[in-house]
Amino acid sequence: MEEFMIQVESVSKQYRLGQIGGTTLRDELHRIGARLFHKEDPTKKIGAKSYEDGEIFNALNGVSLCVKKGERVGIIGHNGAGKSTLLKLISRITAPTDGAIGLNGRVASMLEVGTGFHAELTGRENIYMNGAILGMTKKEIDAKVERIIDFSECRQFIDTPVKRYSSGMFVKLAFSVAAHLDSEIVIMDEVLAVGDMAFQQKCIAKMNEISQNEHRTILYVSHNMNTIRELCSRCVVLSHGSVVFDGDVEPAIDIYMNSTEFDMATKVNLAEKERLQVFKLNPESVLVKMSSLELVGKDAPLYGIGEDILFDLELDSKEDSKNLSLRLAVMALGGQYVGNSFIYDFAQMKKDEKRKFRFAANFGGLMPGRYAVSMLLFRTNEWSVANNVDGIRFAFYFEVRDKEEQLKVKYNNIWSKVLFKNIELVNIF
Amino acid sequence: MIESNFKTVITSKHKLFDLHLRETFRYRDLIFLLVKRDFTAVYKQTLLGPAWAIVQPLLTTIVFTIVFGNLAKLTTADVAGDFVVPGFLFYMAGNICFSYFSSTLNTTAGTFLANRGTMSKVYYPRLVMPVATAFSKLIGFCIQLAMLLVFWLYFFAQGSTSIHVTWALLLVPVCVLQMMFLSVGLGIIISSVTTKFRDLMMLVSFGLQLWQYGSPVAYGLNLIPEKYLAFYMLNPVTPIITTFRYGVFGFGYFDLHYYLLSWGISLFVFFIGLVMFSRIERTFVDTV
Repeated sequence: MEEFMIQVESVSKQYRLGQIGGTTLRDELHRIGARLFHKEDPTKKIGAKSYEDGEIFNALNGVSLCVKKGERVGIIGHNGAGKSTLLKLISRITAPTDGAIGLNGRVASMLEVGTGFHAELTGRENIYMNGAILGMTKKEIDAKVERIIDFSECRQFIDTPVKRYSSGMFVKLAFSVAAHLDSEIVIMDEVLAVGDMAFQQKCIAKMNEISQNEHRTILYVSHNMNTIRELCSRCVVLSHGSVVFDGDVEPAIDIYMNSTEFDMATKVNLAEKERLQVFKLNPESVLVKMSSLELVGKDAPLYGIGEDILFDLELDSKEDSKNLSLRLAVMALGGQYVGNSFIYDFAQMKKDEKRKFRFAANFGGLMPGRYAVSMLLFRTNEWSVANNVDGIRFAFYFEVRDKEEQLKVKYNNIWSKVLFKNIELVNIF
Repeated sequence: MIESNFKTVITSKHKLFDLHLRETFRYRDLIFLLVKRDFTAVYKQTLLGPAWAIVQPLLTTIVFTIVFGNLAKLTTADVAGDFVVPGFLFYMAGNICFSYFSSTLNTTAGTFLANRGTMSKVYYPRLVMPVATAFSKLIGFCIQLAMLLVFWLYFFAQGSTSIHVTWALLLVPVCVLQMMFLSVGLGIIISSVTTKFRDLMMLVSFGLQLWQYGSPVAYGLNLIPEKYLAFYMLNPVTPIITTFRYGVFGFGYFDLHYYLLSWGISLFVFFIGLVMFSRIERTFVDTV
């Protein structure tokens, strides 16, 4: 039988809405008195929404989850989905309202780096302090202190009080302590996002190492899908306090992304779409309005690899415009920009004119996946200076599927989104 | 079923006597480091360093000697008899005892409020914090005890007083231990209640001032009329202070029954504190 390290069994966590805690004894007595005589709560702020007794918020709603030894599980979901609450329950910071959680081993929770750091103490003293708070004994820290200092890249400053550290050094040192914990279960909440890029890579490599070589179990919460891809072997999607998906990383990320923004429409009323920030602040600067868009010949925005995207765009000009140009910026859902495509000087328009254009865009070989397209309409003058006249972030969405089985293997496309021409074999020696 | 397969099980239910004592002991290295941190962090970048620990009781003792001894002329005898007690030494003994009690209580009463930063981010047995407080205050107490010893030797060398060493000196560590139980016990009771009602925090420092006048710190026990003595002795701090002085001076008031009663109260308070603390610590993060 495989060994389970964590079992979460129909766990719920409820919070009472309205004001709780932080009250004074006098207020509480007043409130009890008012309840006895069925009067309105005298301590309530005027105009504040009154919450009935028993009106509660379910931060977690019957969540069940099993994690095996050595698994690296990512937990994703929107703000308020219950990710942090779940981590808090597993790391025993607060207790569940219902259900049970079983743990096989010590839990190191890194919900924050540098917990317990004291500004007056030196780096070395803080390593001991922080390590002890995270559950290490002095002996264990003694054995690891040199490795921690090396990892933190702060050896030169290790006997200086941490109040004189730069914020980067501070988090590097703090993370280094946490990364060297001996516990069988490691819980992290966004903490990999510390330090510079090089240090982040080092952290992820370290986490992968401890999970694969030492078979430790990792639970990781993040909004950064790239670190989830790099670190996790499995992914759980939470939504409104319940598990909506539990399985491979890519489908999980897709589900999470879909629920935010993917739109299957082929006809888009661009006039009502939200504009880019500059145009939102100053609506008068929209001189030629992109008013509607239709993907031609499609019931759903599904395309094969390398297929042309045909679309009709309607423009509504408020003044005479020459040299209209269009830029499409393609972003993969998940947050990476993939590339740009332009058409220059395709039209001139007169004041109060409405015209429709059909374009064919080809974004080269995009890997299968879902993409959003932002559109920017601009005019160029004779000195090649662009003057933006309208812009929409995420004007339309499309999905690329491997319809003709051009890819011989099903790839887990964590590396990139663009498929170049296949490599040619030039010679064999 | 979940119980049989896992080493640790977290549920919504809480066993009344699940006090996490063994777990707290496992974190003894953390307690040690916290004590060390408190000590070093407080005195970093100060000129006098740990000498500050004796400044406050020394000045208080001088003021007490002038106000209560020379001006108000309150008795410094715990029992009637022709013992000669140096007033200065008498006030100092009472003061360092009570200041240990009150400072430990004051700090442990704020355990949850002061440490919510770490407690809402990491799990460690919450009891570690009040225990560490009790020990770090003990360091200051020991420094003050050394100061008391210096003055004791001075007065002893002068020879005009009745202070001398007896076996009762062994009662001193017993009293110290009892003070730790009592102050931590009361402190964690208050800290458990203050997670919801902050009022008590105001009451603590004020209450401790009143408490000092209800304890024989500024006057000898002999001042209390016989008929009120039994009532007066219900204050668990009273037997601690009189017994401490009895041990240090080699004469004074010692009543085994009252002393044991005071121990009983201390242990009871400590136990109630543990039960309340372990109940509150599970979810205090949600309300504090």
